[in-house]
Amino acid sequence: MSNGEKPKGKLALYWAASCGGCEIAVLAIDEKILDVAAAFDIVMWPCAADGKVRDIERMPDGSIDVCLFNGGIRTSEQEYMAQLMRRKSKVLVSFGSCATEGCIPGLSNMNTRQEVFDTVYKEGSSTAPVNPQDVRPQPETKVPEGTLHLPIFYDTLKTLDQTVDVDYYLPGCPPEAENIWKAIVAILEGKLPPKGSVIGMNTTVCDECKRKRNEKKIKKFYRTWQIIPDEETCLLEQGLLCCGIATRAGCGALCPQVNSPCIGCHGGNDGVADYGARLLSGVASVIDSGDPDEIDRIISEGIPDPVGSFYRFSLAGSQLRRKKKSKC
Amino acid sequence: MAEKIGIYVCHCGSNIAGTIDVEEVARWAGKNIKDVAVSRDYKFMCSSLGQQMIEDDIKQQGLTGVVVGACSPHLHEKTFRNACHRAGLNPYLCQMTNIREHVSWVNSDKESGTFKAKSLISAAAERVKRQKPLEPMRVKVNPATLVVGGGIAGLQAALELADAGHHVYLVEREPSIGGHMAQFDKTFPTLDCSACILTPKMSEVGQHENITLLTYSELEEVSGSVGNFKVKVRKKARYVDYDKCTGCGICIEKCPRKVLDDVFEAGMGYRKAIYTPFPQAVPRTPVIDTANCTWFTRGKCQVCSKVCPTDAVDYNQQDEIVELEVGNIIIATGWKLFDCKRSSHYGYGRLANVYTNMEFERLCNAAGPTNGKIVLRDGKTEPKSVAIVHCVGSRDANSNSYCSAVCCMAALKFGHLVLEKTNAEVYSFYIDMRSNQKGYEEFYERLQEEGMQFVRGKVGEVTDAARQPAEEGKLIVQVDDTLLGKQRRIPVDMVILMGGLEPQADAKEFGLKCGISCSMAGWYTERHPKLDPVATMTDGVFVAGVCQGPKDIPASVAQGAAAAARVQGMISKGEVMIEPIVASIDEENCSGCRICNNMCPYNAIEFDAEKSISRVITALCKGCGTCVAACPAGVITGAHFNNEQIFAEIDGILWDAKPQAETESVTV
Amino acid sequence: MSNETFEPKIVGFLCNWCSYRAADLAGSARIKYAPNVRIIRLMCSGRVDPTFVVKALADGADGVMIAGCHPGECHYIEQNYKAMRRFHLLKQTLTALGVEPDRVQLVWASAAEGQRLAEAIDKLVADIKRLGPLRWPSNWDEDGGRLKALEEIVKEHEEAMEVPA
Repeated sequence: MSNGEKPKGKLALYWAASCGGCEIAVLAIDEKILDVAAAFDIVMWPCAADGKVRDIERMPDGSIDVCLFNGGIRTSEQEYMAQLMRRKSKVLVSFGSCATEGCIPGLSNMNTRQEVFDTVYKEGSSTAPVNPQDVRPQPETKVPEGTLHLPIFYDTLKTLDQTVDVDYYLPGCPPEAENIWKAIVAILEGKLPPKGSVIGMNTTVCDECKRKRNEKKIKKFYRTWQIIPDEETCLLEQGLLCCGIATRAGCGALCPQVNSPCIGCHGGNDGVADYGARLLSGVASVIDSGDPDEIDRIISEGIPDPVGSFYRFSLAGSQLRRKKKSKC
Repeated sequence: MAEKIGIYVCHCGSNIAGTIDVEEVARWAGKNIKDVAVSRDYKFMCSSLGQQMIEDDIKQQGLTGVVVGACSPHLHEKTFRNACHRAGLNPYLCQMTNIREHVSWVNSDKESGTFKAKSLISAAAERVKRQKPLEPMRVKVNPATLVVGGGIAGLQAALELADAGHHVYLVEREPSIGGHMAQFDKTFPTLDCSACILTPKMSEVGQHENITLLTYSELEEVSGSVGNFKVKVRKKARYVDYDKCTGCGICIEKCPRKVLDDVFEAGMGYRKAIYTPFPQAVPRTPVIDTANCTWFTRGKCQVCSKVCPTDAVDYNQQDEIVELEVGNIIIATGWKLFDCKRSSHYGYGRLANVYTNMEFERLCNAAGPTNGKIVLRDGKTEPKSVAIVHCVGSRDANSNSYCSAVCCMAALKFGHLVLEKTNAEVYSFYIDMRSNQKGYEEFYERLQEEGMQFVRGKVGEVTDAARQPAEEGKLIVQVDDTLLGKQRRIPVDMVILMGGLEPQADAKEFGLKCGISCSMAGWYTERHPKLDPVATMTDGVFVAGVCQGPKDIPASVAQGAAAAARVQGMISKGEVMIEPIVASIDEENCSGCRICNNMCPYNAIEFDAEKSISRVITALCKGCGTCVAACPAGVITGAHFNNEQIFAEIDGILWDAKPQAETESVTV
Repeated sequence: MSNETFEPKIVGFLCNWCSYRAADLAGSARIKYAPNVRIIRLMCSGRVDPTFVVKALADGADGVMIAGCHPGECHYIEQNYKAMRRFHLLKQTLTALGVEPDRVQLVWASAAEGQRLAEAIDKLVADIKRLGPLRWPSNWDEDGGRLKALEEIVKEHEEAMEVPA
C-alpha cells in the first residue's frame, strides 16, 4: 500500500457446495490477478489465501467491499456462511452457476439426504465394503474429549438468493474469465447496473453463434453420440437438444463452435422465472407433429431424461426446485 | 405510484347473491387485498347506477384500476371498460372476473362459492395492478370487397355491395357463375324454374359496372388483415381470349370431341372439349378442357380456332396471377355432394337405375340430357315406380352425423315432378320429414294429397337380388317400416338417393388460407352460432351460404345479404378499431433463434436476416400469445396478457395456498 | 391426512373462444360441478406457458387444468397444437420430478360443450382428491435439525462477533 493513496478495499471469495472451478476461473484472469491484489486486501479465499471465519466475524458489518460467493447452500455451515458474508459485505455477488441457480450440485435435489447417504454409505461400491455397520455422518458425535459437530446436510440445495439478499449475479459454470474481469472492473470503477442485476449480456447464445438458422420443425431428437452434426447449420434444427435458445450469451457460443450443443451453463435471461420451462416451451413448440401419441413417442425416444436436459444447471433455482420428496 | 384499486362485487339480483355472500366478498377484499381503496357490492353493476358508482369512485378517489366481479366478460367487458373510459381511466385498466357463470350458477354450496369468488376477485385485483393503459389501433378500410364463390349466396352478396356503389371482385372456380342452383330443375316449395330465377341475377352480375368477374379462377393467397387485405388470384387459362370472344358458340358446335360431363351434368350428359358449362353461362366465354382436347393431347385438330369468326382461340394462353387489394372478404364457396358410392348398400354405381339427387335434377331438367323426360338409364323406359331414399350421407354415424337441411324438401319436389311427368308410384323413405320453413309444411301436405307415399324407415338396402317372381328385374328397397312395425321389401324401377351436402374437398385448406377454421364436420366456424352467423373470428372475413352449414336457398340469400350489410357497415365507417392485444419482440435482446417464426398462422412474424432478429408485424397480429409462450429467451411480450400480469393472477388466485412466509430461518 | 375433507385447489387456464365459453355455457345451463377449479382466462391455449403450470404448483396448487378448442377448431387456426406439444413435454418433465401425471390435465372443449367441460372438471377434481394434496412448498422444508444446528452455530460464534456497527 502506497502512502497517500486510497486504502485498499476488502475482497472475499467463499465457496459453498461447488467444485472449485470458480476459483480456477478467477485465476484464469492470469496476470490481472495482480491488479486485483493491488486494489484489494483479500480477507478470505479458502483455497488460495489465509482468512479465518473468526476474523470475518470480528469485522464491522459491511466492511467487506465485495464478496464473490460461489457454490450452492446445502449444509447448515454453508447457510451460516452465506448469512455471515451477507452481513459483513457491502456487495454480495452470486458468483457462478452453483450460487445463482444450483448448477450440478443442485441436481441432487432429485434425491433426499436419506437417498444420498444410502447411495454413498450403504450401496457405494467403495464405501460399502469397508462400512459393514453402515456408519453415517452424524451432526453430533460424543468422544472422550467432548462433542464433535458436523454441519447438517440438507435435503434440498438452495441457491444463494433463496438464502440471503444478493446484489449481483455472475452466470456461468464457471463464469468466463473475461466476464469475471469485466465485473471486477465495473466494481472498481463503481459502474454497476441496478441492484439485483446479472452482470452480463441479455441476449441468448444464438446471438453469438455463427450457424445458419431456418424455421424449425423437429421430427426426431438425437443424443449427442448418435450423430455427427454438420458444422454450418443450427444444431437444434439437426435434432440435437441445443439449449442455446434459452441460455444467456456471454461465452461466445463456445460449445456450438466445436460441434457440441449448448448445455445451458449460463442460465436464463433477465425476467425468466423458470429456465427449464422456457427451454422446454421453445423446444416443444417446434416438434413437428399434431398427433398426441406421435408427440409422446418423439419425446420419450429422444429426450429420455427431461429434468437432466432442461434443468441440468437450473433445478435448484427453478419454480419447483426439486423432485417431490416421497413420503417414507 | 401507489395503486388504488376499486373492487365491485355484483349481486346480479339473486343470480350471484343467491349462492355467494357478496357482502362478505367485498368486505374481505377491502381488508385482505393490498392497495384496495374501495370495495363495494351492488345489486346490478351493469345498470346505469352501477356504472355511475364506478365512474364516481374513479373521479373522487383517483382509482388506478377497477375490478368487477360479475357475469361473463363476454357480456359486459365493454360496458365496464366504457364506464372507466368515461371517467377518464384507460379502459384496459379494468378487469372483469366471472363469478356468475363460473361460480354462482354452477355451485349450490354458499360456503365454497363465496370462497371461490374471493379467489377470483383476488386474482383480478393482482392482475389489474400490473395492467397497462392501451390504445386500440385504427385502420382504414379499403371499400373494395372480395367475394369468393359465384353461387346464389355469393351472387347476392356481390350484387348488394355493387348496387351500393362499392367495387366487388367475384372469384369463381368454375367457368361460369351460378353454382349448384344452376343445375337444379325446379326449386321448392314454389316450383319456380331454378334457372329462371337465377339467371337474371347472373346477368346482372355479369354486366354490373362495379363487379369484376373472375371466373375459372382460384384464390391463391391472402395476406394482410381487416381493412387491408392483399390477395392473389390465379386466372386459369381458358385458351380463349375473353375480349375477342362474342359467345357465338360456333366453336362448341364444331368441336369433334365429346366428353362425359361429370360436373354440371353430373355424368348424365356430354359436352365438348371446348365448352361452356351450360347455355346461360356467365360469362359466355368457353373454356378448353386440355385433358380431353385433341390438340392439346395429340397435336391434331384446331377446328375451334379455324371456325372462330373473331380469332379468339389462343392455344398459348397462360395462367395469370392477379393481385388485388380489398378491405373485406366474403367466403361463399358452397358445397359438394356426398359420394353416394360410400353408402354401398344402396348400390349406386353398381345398380344401373340408382340415381343421386343431382343426377335426377339433370334428368328432370328440360335443358338436360333427356330434355326433361324421366326415363331409366336405357334412355327410353319410363319407370313405373320410383323410390326416394332420404338421408344418404346425412344423419348417419357411418358418414356425416348432421342433417343436410334441404333433402327432405328436395325429395318432395322430386316426388311432385315424377307424379307430374309420369304415372309412376312414388315412395319416400324418410326418418323424419323436415319441412320447417315458410310454405314447406304446406308443400308436404300437398304432396300427400298428390298421392306420394311415405314410409317412415331408414332404408337398409337397395338390391337387385329378387326373392320372388314379382321382384325380378326390379330394384328392391328393403326397409323397416316403423309405423307399420314390419320389415318391407318394395320393388321399384328407379331409386333416387338424396345425397347429403358436404363441405368442399378443400374447404379446410382454403379456410386456413383466409385465416378461418372449420368445425369437426368441415363447415366454416361462425363468430357466434346464434347471434353472429356470418362473421368469423377473423375480422374482415365473412362467410355466407352452405359453406357455413347446410341451408336452403332463402337462407343462403339472406346470409349473402347479411354479409354484404356487415361489409357495407365497415365501409361506411371508413375505419375499424383493432384490439391492442398484440405481441411485440424486444429487438435489442432477440437473438434470432427463429423458434417463433413458425408459431404464427397469420404470418405476423418476419425474420430480418440482416439483423438476425425476428419481428412482429403488428397489423397482422391477432394476439393469441402463442409466440409469447414459445420464446425460449422470454423476449416476446403479449400486451394485456403479459407474464407479469398472469403470474400475479396466479399468485392472487392461490392466495390461500401460497406459504405465508419463506421457510423459517435463523438470522445470523 | 384425511382425504375426505381435502378440497383440491386447482388452477384452470381456459382459452377465451372455446373453453371459456363452454364454462359460460355450463353456467347458463346451470350445470353443477365441483367448485375447485379457479379459472384464469387467456386468449388461446397457445398462450399457456409451461412456467404458468410450474408456478401454480409451486404456489401450492394441487393440480392444473389447461383447456382449449378441439384440434382443428382453434380460433387462431392451429395454436392448440402448440399447446398440445408443450403439454406432453411438460408432462414427461413433471412426471420425472415426481408430480403424478393426473394432476395436470389437458382438456378440449368447444364453445358448445358446457356439459363436457363440467364433466372433465369433475373428473379432474376426483382424480386429484384420490391423489391427495400436493402442497409442493412442503417439499422445501428441512427437518428440525437444521434450525437447531443454525442456532448452535450462531450461539457458538456470538462471542466472537463484534457488535454490529
